Amino acid sequence: MTTTTQAPVRGAAEPGPGGRRRWTEKVLGRQPLGILFAAPYAVFLVAIFAYPLVLAVWISFHDYFFAAPGAQVDRPFVGLDNYRAVLGDPDVQRSFLNVAEFLVINVPLTVVLSLVLATALNAAVRARTFLRVSYYVPYVTASVSLVAVWLFLFSKDGLVNQLLGPLAPNPSWLVNEALAMPVIALFVTWKQLGFYILLYLAALQNVSKDLYEAASVDGAGRLASFRNVTVPGVRPATTLVVILATITGANLFTEPYLLTNGGGPDGASASPVFVMYQKGIEQGNPDTASAIGVVLVICVLLISLVNRKLLERD
Amino acid sequence: MRTKMIATSAAVLALGLTAACGGGGDSSGATSATGPIKIWMSNNPEEITWAKAMVKEWNAAHPQEKVTAQEIPAGKTSEEVIGAAITAGNAPCLVFNTSPAAVPQFQKQGGLVPLDDFDGATKYIEDRSGDSAEQYKSPDGKYYQIPWKQNPVMIFYNKDLFKKAGVDPENPPLATYDDFLATSKKIVDSGAAPNAIAPAPSSEFFQSWFDFYPLYAAQSGGKQTVEDGKATFDDTAGKDVWDFWATMYKDGYAPKEAYNGDAFADKKAAMAVVGPWAIAVYKDAVNWGVVPVPTKDGMDAGQVHTFTDAKNVSVYSACKNQKTAWDVLKFATSKEQDGKLLETTGQMPIRKDLPTTYADYFAQHPEYKMFADQASRTVEVPNVPNSVQIWQEIRDNYSSSVIFGKNSVDDGLSTAADKATELAGQS
Repeated sequence: MTTTTQAPVRGAAEPGPGGRRRWTEKVLGRQPLGILFAAPYAVFLVAIFAYPLVLAVWISFHDYFFAAPGAQVDRPFVGLDNYRAVLGDPDVQRSFLNVAEFLVINVPLTVVLSLVLATALNAAVRARTFLRVSYYVPYVTASVSLVAVWLFLFSKDGLVNQLLGPLAPNPSWLVNEALAMPVIALFVTWKQLGFYILLYLAALQNVSKDLYEAASVDGAGRLASFRNVTVPGVRPATTLVVILATITGANLFTEPYLLTNGGGPDGASASPVFVMYQKGIEQGNPDTASAIGVVLVICVLLISLVNRKLLERD
Repeated sequence: MRTKMIATSAAVLALGLTAACGGGGDSSGATSATGPIKIWMSNNPEEITWAKAMVKEWNAAHPQEKVTAQEIPAGKTSEEVIGAAITAGNAPCLVFNTSPAAVPQFQKQGGLVPLDDFDGATKYIEDRSGDSAEQYKSPDGKYYQIPWKQNPVMIFYNKDLFKKAGVDPENPPLATYDDFLATSKKIVDSGAAPNAIAPAPSSEFFQSWFDFYPLYAAQSGGKQTVEDGKATFDDTAGKDVWDFWATMYKDGYAPKEAYNGDAFADKKAAMAVVGPWAIAVYKDAVNWGVVPVPTKDGMDAGQVHTFTDAKNVSVYSACKNQKTAWDVLKFATSKEQDGKLLETTGQMPIRKDLPTTYADYFAQHPEYKMFADQASRTVEVPNVPNSVQIWQEIRDNYSSSVIFGKNSVDDGLSTAADKATELAGQS
């Protein structure tokens, strides 16, 4: 019989003097210096993300408005009143439906297009760098300038309608209730595509070439290889793309604000963040705006959890 | 690990709550303190020219109370920037671009100083602006803004396009709704311009000030949208105005999609709803004429009311030297400085007897005379709580019923009016 003896890991549950771990180790961990290195980012996270989130939750339970320093104002606790108000507000309800419509179009389109284009780019021999840069340019360009181009394309007298001639929709794209949100979804998909292609390109480098060879030996064509090797091989990246696209999409603001003139036509493209802006900033009601924000955060968390569960199933 | 996470979360929560509950400090106004002050002004080039000259003159005479002027920092709107500055406690002493619609909100924030706290201020305001001043009083009976200048809204039209459409450019039939619609039809049918007029069909709360409100002021004989705490516009006048604009959109005389640029300057629309600022802007681009806004059956031009499109000045509570701020405000709104403002910008100081006070100017610049006459019959936005929210309700219902024709005008009017009354009654 052979026995092996494992050397004890230094520091792991190693008893201190007197057989007890020192309290500093308990509180600060085995490598206190690590806390120092991590501190700047932790402080950044607390100040920029955690604190505003906690404050928003607090605001959403109070009759709150922004006031001058020193102003004597009453901000009583109102329980769930703000939540009742926003959940019963038809404009808010509609904005959530609008963003759901947006996500239903944007997220699958983003996943499919970015995976297909990344696979094509990965296989491309010529002009690969040029194509990668081309896809990435819209992502790094400010939405404001891109919106101007899309207005030129999709306005009533725009290029698309001129090409379509009598087939052009009436009312035109951006003032058509049925088409405004799909146009925005298409715009955002196109704009963000470069980033997601990069994620998939990185993931594709980890898919073993042996698997493709084995598939080829088994008689799989390109499509079968894509379906049976590439798609499962980049599944973790797909989870990431879906979650990121959902979070980014749920925060939709610039496009309804600029492309469809403030959530138009008649609120058909108003997003929850746009309604938050109207209520919180323009109308001076940060309490109801915060309640919308908290509901949105909860919805995004739930959707992301469901996505993760579904996508990471074996 | 779990304990650490809970402890960290608790610390963050405590930090948030402590800050949320925080605030406080001394808000007592230094209404008798003097010294240097900062002021903000609009980024309009003509106004900047006037403000620089005004400040230079003041500083030369008051070296101990130096004024530093700057444009309002960039933002989506001036009101958002000013609101943020109030919250941060770094608002300037004076803002020469305070929108009357934002005053109730700034007042609620504790950001404004009641001008009545300064000796003789009430009398000064009422002597300068006459009866118009009443519109700018807050519900507590105090003035938190001095009525400064206005741009009475009228209809500008392109004489060349009217001629092309076969409409008499010197006496265009635009006084009644029927005339206006018939003229619009001629313009569009003749191809003189793709649109008769192009008010912004977008959802911003203030857009109603340039389509619905001027016509409502005219049709109702000078009513505000909320009076004595109740919405007024769900009446015959309101219905007439909404029906009129609904026809303009339905018949294709006004576009449902915003034009990216200046439709009037680019000859995409033959008419525009503008104030006197337009004279300087379009003088080289368009051969223009001007008429009052239309009414249902027509009205003598001398009886037509319209929207003020005013910008006022307030003293902000973050100001340390408030006495100086008030003195500068009086200096900047003196008869002499108002004359210089009129001369430099073409905008109308909110003064009683404007045409006679500056008779020489209007004799030399007859193109401004019609706006000066109109300036005595203007209606301001009501100074009521939740003003911006009320205007957003009006805009949303107007968009639905008038621009996109989804709901009936009756439904839109009553929904907007009910909501406006409810909001005006809240604090």
